Amino acid sequence: MKKADEHTEPKKKEPEQKQEVVIHAKGIKKSFGKKKVLKNITFDLKKGENIVVLGKSGQGKSVTIQCVVGMLQPDGGELEVFGENITAMNDDELKQLRMKIGFLFQGGALYDSMTVRDNLEFPLTRVLKLKDQKEINKKVEGVLDAVGLLDAIDKMPSDLSGGMRKRVGLARTLIVNPEIMLYDEPTTGLDPITSREISELINRLQRKYEISSVIITHDMECARITADRILVMDDGEYIAEGSYKELEKSDNEMVRSFFNEPS
Amino acid sequence: MEAQQELSGWRKWLEGIGDYVVFFTRFFRNIFAGGFEWSEFVRQCYEIGYRSMMLVGITSFIMGLVLILQLRPSLITLGAESMLPKTLSVALVREIGPVITAIICAGKIASSIGAELGSMKVTEQIDAMEVSGANPVQYLVVTRILATSFMIPLLAIIGDAIGLFGGFLALNFTDSISFSLYFNKCIASLDFTDLLPAVAKTVLFGFAVGFVGCYKGYHSDKGTESVGVAANSAVVTASLWIFIIDAIAVQITSLLFYK
Ligand SMILES: Nc1ncnc2c1ncn2[C@@H]1O[C@H](COP(=O)(O)OP(=O)(O)OP(=O)(O)O)[C@@H](O)[C@H]1O
Ligand SMILES: [Mg+2]
Repeated sequence: MKKADEHTEPKKKEPEQKQEVVIHAKGIKKSFGKKKVLKNITFDLKKGENIVVLGKSGQGKSVTIQCVVGMLQPDGGELEVFGENITAMNDDELKQLRMKIGFLFQGGALYDSMTVRDNLEFPLTRVLKLKDQKEINKKVEGVLDAVGLLDAIDKMPSDLSGGMRKRVGLARTLIVNPEIMLYDEPTTGLDPITSREISELINRLQRKYEISSVIITHDMECARITADRILVMDDGEYIAEGSYKELEKSDNEMVRSFFNEPS
Repeated sequence: MEAQQELSGWRKWLEGIGDYVVFFTRFFRNIFAGGFEWSEFVRQCYEIGYRSMMLVGITSFIMGLVLILQLRPSLITLGAESMLPKTLSVALVREIGPVITAIICAGKIASSIGAELGSMKVTEQIDAMEVSGANPVQYLVVTRILATSFMIPLLAIIGDAIGLFGGFLALNFTDSISFSLYFNKCIASLDFTDLLPAVAKTVLFGFAVGFVGCYKGYHSDKGTESVGVAANSAVVTASLWIFIIDAIAVQITSLLFYK
């Protein structure tokens, strides 16, 4: 365990510079019935940055990123993506925006009536409306290769393990070259080795394509590997923010409970 | 308190109707939105035919057979035995064939559509489609509803034919009537005003089966048990719709044609 830790040092903080903000959220509120889930969510995601969101189960982490892609409408607050107010968009504008955002679902959300290949072709033919089968094949194989699953191309999702499903799900969102990635618990339920592979894959993507990411996780290993900045969520708002190293030394009890977990 | 509860009951009911209307509008707009999913439509048609052909065939066959056996004694007492083919074909084509086929399809198809879309909802596949910028209504809903609206009339027509054949066999238990004579009698007793309303009605039945199945699946909750709930309530609601549509359709056709 010790040994492995050496090459997965917490990320160094990038040199501060004025960067383009891709997601701007200020004072987001969201309730379901009487239940206030989000009370005051404020954050900025800069271009090329990975932010990690930590928080207990049921705190509204998934709800936050669902607001970002317009699956849910916030009840109040400002929410801008690429500088545009997402709450005022019509269906077409929303569709255009969604093409630039990748969303990795907790369970992978593979279309289980289709093979892996058809799953990956789906966004190419339905969203990008590509026609050239050669180009499609090339993209499908390229992206499967990137997640290391080229030999699963003709399998059905039901024949894949949980980790493989997640990687195919990742491949399916990456295939359209998104500028923002939203990861909902990318490593939950995976063994430590696969988890680390996925965390490192997230970093590679960030560097290679300059993808900006929000990563929701309970997995501190994943947080340490991927985070440029960590936000800790409690009771509908963020109670702490900082790099892994900074938060590690925090004396807030809630924050400590994440870092002291014997995981 | 009680009044409030009653009010919220009404409100829920109205909201439910509102949801149906919204869903219908989404379906309708997406038929013409361009990029029709032909291959998925054909696949759905095949699935529907493949899944229910056998059951519709067997049931219609038995219905034709049994109806003749049941009608025979009464028609004999009336001295109208020669009316048997006509009676059967009118009963079967106008009413029994369409309703039996639609009810079977409600049980078989509405439930499987409800369960399929329900499980896609639970496992976030529908959300994933939507979030990727694809159009789940066009891919999943439009294809299925059009496929049921197209296939169920077809199944009903095939069912009618098989039912008439069942009637032929039943007649031959006791009398001997030649196949061609029997079918000539059947066909001669049917005209346009029997066939057209019957087909129009089955198109609506097919629509109800597809629409209710899709609606229930698409609007199911995210718990695991909700897949079962979606399938079950799809069958119940679709069957109810079929009888309501039937009652209305019969009123309209008798006003128009049978005066
Ligand atoms: N569409 C919805 N309708 C009603 N309530 C919802 C909906 N989505 C989420 N909730 C509620 O909002 C709360 C937060 O849910 P959310 O899925 O965001 O939690 P989470 O922080 O992602 O938890 P986990 O780590 O377990 O995934 C939960 O209590 C949930 O019941
Ligand atoms: Mg979640």
